[in-house]
Amino acid sequence: MPTVKSVETILLDHPGAGRDHLIPILQEVQESEGYLSQESITKVGRALDMPSSKIFGVATFFNMFRFQAKGKNHVMVCRGTACHVKGSGRALDMVTKALKIQPGETTRDKVFSLEVVACMGACGLAPVVNINGQFYAKVSPMKLQRIIEECREKEQTHANA
Amino acid sequence: MFAIEANGQTIEAKKGETILQSLKRAGINVPTICHMEGLLPSGTCRMCVVEVEGFGSLVPSCSHPVTEGMKIRTNTPDIMTTRKTIIDLLLSNHPDDCLYCARNGNCDLAKLAADNGVRDRSYQGERIRRPKDISSPSIIRDPDKCILCGKCVRMCDEIQGVSAIDFIARGSKAFIGTAFNQGLNVSSCINCGQCILVCPTAALSEHKYVNEVLQALADPDKMVVVQHAPAVSITIAEEFGFAPGTDFDGKMTAALRRAGFDRVFDTSFAADLTIMEEGSELVHRVQNGGVLPMFTSCSPGWVKFVEEFYPEFLPNVSTCKSPQQMMGAIIKSFFAQKEKIDPKNIVSVSLMPCTAKKFECERPELGQDFVADVDYVLTTRELAELFRITGVNPAVIEPEAPDTPFGERSSAGKLFGASGGVMEAALRSAVFLLTGEEMKDYKIQALRGMEGSKELRVKVGDLEVGAAVVSSLGQARKLIEEIKAGRKDIHFIEVMTCPGGCINGGGQPIGADKEAIKARMAALYQIDSDDQLRVSHKNEWVQRLYTEFLGKPLGHKSHELLHTHYDKREVLL
Ligand code: SF4
Ligand code: SF4
Ligand code: SF4
Ligand code: FES
Ligand code: FES
Repeated sequence: MPTVKSVETILLDHPGAGRDHLIPILQEVQESEGYLSQESITKVGRALDMPSSKIFGVATFFNMFRFQAKGKNHVMVCRGTACHVKGSGRALDMVTKALKIQPGETTRDKVFSLEVVACMGACGLAPVVNINGQFYAKVSPMKLQRIIEECREKEQTHANA
Repeated sequence: MFAIEANGQTIEAKKGETILQSLKRAGINVPTICHMEGLLPSGTCRMCVVEVEGFGSLVPSCSHPVTEGMKIRTNTPDIMTTRKTIIDLLLSNHPDDCLYCARNGNCDLAKLAADNGVRDRSYQGERIRRPKDISSPSIIRDPDKCILCGKCVRMCDEIQGVSAIDFIARGSKAFIGTAFNQGLNVSSCINCGQCILVCPTAALSEHKYVNEVLQALADPDKMVVVQHAPAVSITIAEEFGFAPGTDFDGKMTAALRRAGFDRVFDTSFAADLTIMEEGSELVHRVQNGGVLPMFTSCSPGWVKFVEEFYPEFLPNVSTCKSPQQMMGAIIKSFFAQKEKIDPKNIVSVSLMPCTAKKFECERPELGQDFVADVDYVLTTRELAELFRITGVNPAVIEPEAPDTPFGERSSAGKLFGASGGVMEAALRSAVFLLTGEEMKDYKIQALRGMEGSKELRVKVGDLEVGAAVVSSLGQARKLIEEIKAGRKDIHFIEVMTCPGGCINGGGQPIGADKEAIKARMAALYQIDSDDQLRVSHKNEWVQRLYTEFLGKPLGHKSHELLHTHYDKREVLL
């Protein structure tokens, strides 16, 4: 677990920061809070004298930032070269359809969130998907569907218990 | 001045200017997209490329400085192919939607394609569909039509200092949007519409209410009353092919009657009324140690700007409603009583040079007992559309006079259409109200012209008044920051949201350059110098309104109907 630092503390760690510090600051905020909220972007904007539209524009330029809190099951689909060759594209399509969200988003019920990442260093197992830290190897769309349904069922029993 | 050569012909160039500027003066056209007059070149679209001898590759003329003896070519086969390719690519993912398009007939992109002989679709690019944003009462955004030239972003940021929109995401997924891609209505957008004026396509347009107005006109149970702002009569002619600066005042009045409006009033009447109220408010503040400097409150983009960015300055903003809203309020009170008609059966339409007025008329602070002061706002562009739909041609109609009681105006009220005009009108009346004497010469040259910021120190009776006039919110921001830093020599500040004032409002005819704006401004000053009645305090109908209905300026009734107050607004800044 990364240490939870408030946006204020992060900003204090960058005294006199200008616009060129934007990316590192956003990275730290995301690391600490899991995503970039409207509140944190406004705070960063005030500190760096930047409009939030501009910060949002810069942040969306990179794939690494998300703007919604992660869901209970954070699904990371690898789109690295090896996984791509082994068909991770189809796996990703399947996930976006099944969860009705795009990479970077979280389902309304907050049960799932989706992220696309570059090589996870497990190319031998390609295509690779990682859910809450657990690796799933050689996923096919079918297999992935099952995994997602399992997560959902677990969630159901939790909710009912 | 030195000589350069363009397409084999010798032309003159000035040191420090760009190739594009020299070529333009010599009558050589080079197409541009991202170029914006008066701003630093961004050089992103490369539409403006030319060949310069000695350069290995084509040079963007909008950003490249001229140098002595330069040899330029603007129409080699190579250049023409490059231009075509750029246009082909822009069109590759553009909808073939021209027939139904808001910019049909005056689209820069369509013109660019036609002018450069692009008559086939060469590429079929992948198209990402994005929903229209219709959340704002003023501005519609249609991302499908956007060619990502970035002009709206620069307008909003560099001229208006608002930065409501920016480039979001990248590559083929890039689009223009607000922070967190929310609706424009909850963003910091102040509805000025300046982005519409610079957009080459229909990606930005005004939220139209022409159909609603047509419906009201067709309803026999409704009395449809219309008012027109000072800057509309001098620009509507442009929509019918006349030169900028042509005044259609009487013709427009006649045309509005033909189109079916029951009463035609002049917002300049309410501008005169505003001078009485706002002038009295200023004197009251000065004499009673009230909050100073006082800012004008006629420009709704500016009011929202203060609510968002400088709420601590809200007490400095005049409590007067804008002329549009004052007129709306007296139409639905005094006029309704006089005509013995239920205000609910009056449809109050106003013709404005402004998109922010659409937002203003929906504000909950403005209105009485759930009856809005003004029901629909049409821009100058929409008025032209309404005339066309109803088959009325104002160009050939005999001029007519407006209706009483709110048709009479002074030319001071008319000056509200240009930056500096409110201040000039206010000073004319202030001098009389405080000294009992009229100014010898009404013309106040220091307040006229296109500069974004004008200042004047004047003696009004025993009072030494510091007056400042700014147009564009970038200029307003600069002045507020000076005041925050301790400037104390200004007492009264006129702010207009659009550069140059309402004559250059976001609802005005598209495609006006600086010369056209100047011609519009000159038209207003011409009207003023030709007029018999040049001061607001001598408007007889305004006086009668006070004796018959309102009482006195800042009186009880005035407060109820003509004044309001605004609060801090929470948006993502
Ligand atoms: S924006 Fe221009 S090119 Fe695009 S559909 Fe409209 S008229 Fe046609
Ligand atoms: S209407 Fe004005 S404030 Fe709103 S986006 Fe356009 S330029 Fe910016
Ligand atoms: S909305 Fe219009 S002005 Fe803005 S980037 Fe798109 S095409 Fe250009
Ligand atoms: S490419 Fe997917 S784990 Fe390396
Ligand atoms: S107009 Fe010169 S680069 Fe766009």
